[in-house]
Amino acid sequence: MAEIIQEEKGKGGKKKAKKHPPHIDMTPMVDLMCLLITFFMLTTAFAKAKVMEIVLPEKIENQQEQNSPTVAKSRNVNIILGPDNRLFWYPGAVEPSDYNNNVFPPLVELDYSATGVRQLLLDKNKTLARKIAEFQDKILKGELVLSQDSIAGSIRKLKSDDDTGPFVQIKAYKEATYGNFVDILDEMNICGIGRYMFVDIAWYEEKMVELATGKTTLASTK
Amino acid sequence: MPKIKLPTKSPRVDMTPMVDTFAVILTFLMLTATMRQTEPANVATPFSISEKPTPDFNNMTFLIAPDGKVFLNMDNGPDTLYKFRRKILEEMGKRYSIEFTERELREFEKYPSSMGIPILKMKEFLAGKNMKERDPFQIGIPTDSTDNQLAMWILCARQVNPAINASIKGDSETPFPAVKKVLDNLQDKKINRFMLVTSLEATKINLEEIQQ
Repeated sequence: MAEIIQEEKGKGGKKKAKKHPPHIDMTPMVDLMCLLITFFMLTTAFAKAKVMEIVLPEKIENQQEQNSPTVAKSRNVNIILGPDNRLFWYPGAVEPSDYNNNVFPPLVELDYSATGVRQLLLDKNKTLARKIAEFQDKILKGELVLSQDSIAGSIRKLKSDDDTGPFVQIKAYKEATYGNFVDILDEMNICGIGRYMFVDIAWYEEKMVELATGKTTLASTK
Repeated sequence: MPKIKLPTKSPRVDMTPMVDTFAVILTFLMLTATMRQTEPANVATPFSISEKPTPDFNNMTFLIAPDGKVFLNMDNGPDTLYKFRRKILEEMGKRYSIEFTERELREFEKYPSSMGIPILKMKEFLAGKNMKERDPFQIGIPTDSTDNQLAMWILCARQVNPAINASIKGDSETPFPAVKKVLDNLQDKKINRFMLVTSLEATKINLEEIQQ
């Protein structure tokens, strides 16, 4: 590639075959290429950003048509994203009319670690989590051979057929951050929660958060 | 004993193979390179375990900065012939009765990064020659209810490209109400499926942890 054989032409019989063909000095070329490679390596975005899909419940415009689904209260888990990366939850549902003077049941504090919210969700979601784990185990061991798409489909089917797992409602207090939101949704995926949704926070839940974080000492202020 | 003659060699190293390899690497990098775009706001996306890659086209990305500013980026469609961006801007121009020239439309079509410019300043922005001249206009798309240009952008984008998906790219520290505002706007336009842009988390969950 880089050798150019020079042939001496003409001039009678004075032909002299060269023993060493002259080399082209390639150092500048190599230098330049090094530079370009470094530049491209640094500017190329190799790792593409990943996305997490989420479907939010449709907004109901006609309030009359709204009939809330009946869910056993015992299956209800309310997770509230609080300020300063704090996380709270309470089970069941709160009917504000049941509590006088706005004294609501206290919230239980959690955290985003593996021993916090993940532990709680896995405890609540034992049956489904085991089913999914067994299914993935089978795939890993090669007992079931499925395409990537049908694996995802089967897991989705397992989730939608499940009727023992919790019904998680995620609510964000106004001081929560976007990172908290992604973290909790990620936690749902990790724990294989079949039914979760993101809903607006209710006024009494805001009160409960404020009480738990010590923003208002008395809940009786209307 | 015969005399051993060492051949006189030039001390030069043959660099041909090295150049060859370099050329190959360089060609590969040049062909695969998707330039890292400079975004108008610095955003550190949160982590998740999701492994789905971002789609290459039919996608509009809402960049939400930690201070609540919203920027929007769209793609030109699966083929350069679609020229979605220019059509979206034309549509926007119609709604706000602004006539964009051919040069401005082309400029908008080529612009590689997110932008958050009030539509009335768009002409000035596109007239800017470089980043330095353009940056002062990047103040975020107005989202307040009196002048909701974000909703208009969504509407136009959907009109031009009905298959467009919405993805949201926020900083971990972005206050949630700012995100909620964008989500509300999208839901008003009947988009209920979103993609949240995240980085892949390095931690792996082991099976035992799930099984217990």
